[in-house]
Amino acid sequence: MKTENQKAWFFVLPVLLLVAFNALVPIMTVVNYSVQETFGNNVFFWQGLDWFEQILRSDRFQAALGRQFLFTFLILIIEVPLGIIIALSMPRKGIWVPVCLVTMALPMLIPWNVVGAMWNIFTLPNIGLLGYFLNDVLGIAYDMTQNPFAAWVTIVTMDVWHWTSLVVLLSYAGLVSIPDAYYQAAKIDGASPWKVFRYIQLPKMKTVLTIAILLRFMDSFNIYTEPFVLTGGGPGNSTTLLSIDLVKIALGQFDLGPAAAMSLIYFAITLLVSWLFYTLMTKDDQQ
Amino acid sequence: MAKITLSNLRHSYLPNPGGAEDYALKKIDLDWEDGGAYALLGPSGCGKSTLLNIISGLLTPSEGRILFDGRDVTDLPPDQRNIAQVFQFPVIYDTMTVRDNLAFPLRNRGVAEPRIAERVAEIATMLEVEDMLDVRASHLSPDNKQKISMGRGLVRDDVNVVMFDEPLTVIDPHLKWKLRSKLKELHQRVRATMIYVTHDQTEALTFADQVVVMQDGEIVQIGTPVELFERPQHTFVGHFIGSPGMNVLPVSETDGKVTFEGHAVVLEGKVTGADGNTELGIRPEFVALSDRGLPAYVRKVSDVGRHCVVEAMVGDTAVKAVVEGDAPGQGAAVHLSFRADQTRLYRDGWIATEAGT
Repeated sequence: MKTENQKAWFFVLPVLLLVAFNALVPIMTVVNYSVQETFGNNVFFWQGLDWFEQILRSDRFQAALGRQFLFTFLILIIEVPLGIIIALSMPRKGIWVPVCLVTMALPMLIPWNVVGAMWNIFTLPNIGLLGYFLNDVLGIAYDMTQNPFAAWVTIVTMDVWHWTSLVVLLSYAGLVSIPDAYYQAAKIDGASPWKVFRYIQLPKMKTVLTIAILLRFMDSFNIYTEPFVLTGGGPGNSTTLLSIDLVKIALGQFDLGPAAAMSLIYFAITLLVSWLFYTLMTKDDQQ
Repeated sequence: MAKITLSNLRHSYLPNPGGAEDYALKKIDLDWEDGGAYALLGPSGCGKSTLLNIISGLLTPSEGRILFDGRDVTDLPPDQRNIAQVFQFPVIYDTMTVRDNLAFPLRNRGVAEPRIAERVAEIATMLEVEDMLDVRASHLSPDNKQKISMGRGLVRDDVNVVMFDEPLTVIDPHLKWKLRSKLKELHQRVRATMIYVTHDQTEALTFADQVVVMQDGEIVQIGTPVELFERPQHTFVGHFIGSPGMNVLPVSETDGKVTFEGHAVVLEGKVTGADGNTELGIRPEFVALSDRGLPAYVRKVSDVGRHCVVEAMVGDTAVKAVVEGDAPGQGAAVHLSFRADQTRLYRDGWIATEAGT
């Protein structure tokens, strides 16, 4: 029989307070803004759900959301398979293991804005190393400040460079936890390399891959600093992702109501997709 | 099914082995008869897993050949040797059902589906897992997982040898006995050559018809469980097998006469060889407490249930004796007598008496 013990609440209380101050209170403030209009001086007018309706109907929001989904889709479709392939080809033992691990971890140690600045200088046409090489040596017209396609290639490449390592390291952790006996048994059973991947390595990596994909989804969906530093959302609005647009509305135009409504919609989408993905991935295990 | 011959086998994990100490296996010559139940027994690190991996093809030996029915398979990869191996920890394909697990080795070899279904059903009946065929393998208990990994080996009817690498390590004690008798039963049904690697003498002695005892990369003795117990060829075997192990006592020997702590000892037969470091070997089961014999005092008595193990001091040397019924108390003065036909001399570890008639 279960014993009920109300004292447990006291132990949870400190955490509740912490969460309240770093999450609940800020979110409720945003909720407060999202249903009211203010002209300063702490004077508020009730707006109901008008801001939400306005944001959801606006072409600008829909375009930014579309770009955001495209960006995240590209990131996942490139980084996850690439990360798995790199993890599979890394040595499992020997002196090269630490070398590979440290090399892999390096990009992740660099602050976001530095990554943006690095890639900006690196890719600037004519003066950047890559920009100069592409334009003046190979003769490929490449200018991420003018051409939307070049800008997209650059922000996606930058993110792949910065974050594929996360997938690599997590997958690698999954791979090295597979005992040798599994590979030996597979050899004896006559399994092909593909079957070894499909029935041994992939299932053993599933848990860490779920985490990796979840993290990469959330991070890429909320990405702000790197594209902001690199392209500033341009040329035009071609790389204006949701977060960049949100900051423009909130701090550029100082439309706090619509910005608050947009934040909540943004938050809801992130939460919903993450929850759906996680539920689907872990459904099998709960049978 | 096949007879397996190991000829002049040596293996080192180092690229350029020098002396004998660099070898994990030192010159192994051995025939495994077709259909035999063998155990490979030895302490951890004695090279038994290395030997197993060489037979299965997971390792290529530094020197020597492996023959299956006279055919040289030394350079063949594991999947072409038609062998099966059960590992220490159950290896199962988590995402597959039990049925797919059992069918996996056959599917990889392109066997026709009706034939696969037939074999899987056969093996499932044999292992008594018919009712779990459609369960995801990851949901099974460890002993059932180990059964499935065994089944994956047995499902191929052309399998040459089934090897077990300490398969009961992760199994609960009360299930160990069940699974062990299942193994024995399986061997009698399929008559495949089976090699069972273990450091547990009970497992080895109950499973095998022939036990191969290894130490430091060498085979010390091959024999039936009874032979190993009654006439160990080496003090190591005597010490390793039996609980407690054989008493190995320092003695001095001159012209075939042996004295232990100043007392003459009668041996089973004539002494062979000369010189070297001599020791006396006698199992605690054959040491009796009596009125006459070697004077000793009791240092320790352990009651192990069926009998007591008495540790008595003769001079500075401890001698263990198995005593049925009442044991003397600690500190008691006793006399020990050795059963002559079970008392042997060992010279530099190896037996140095002829068997008495």
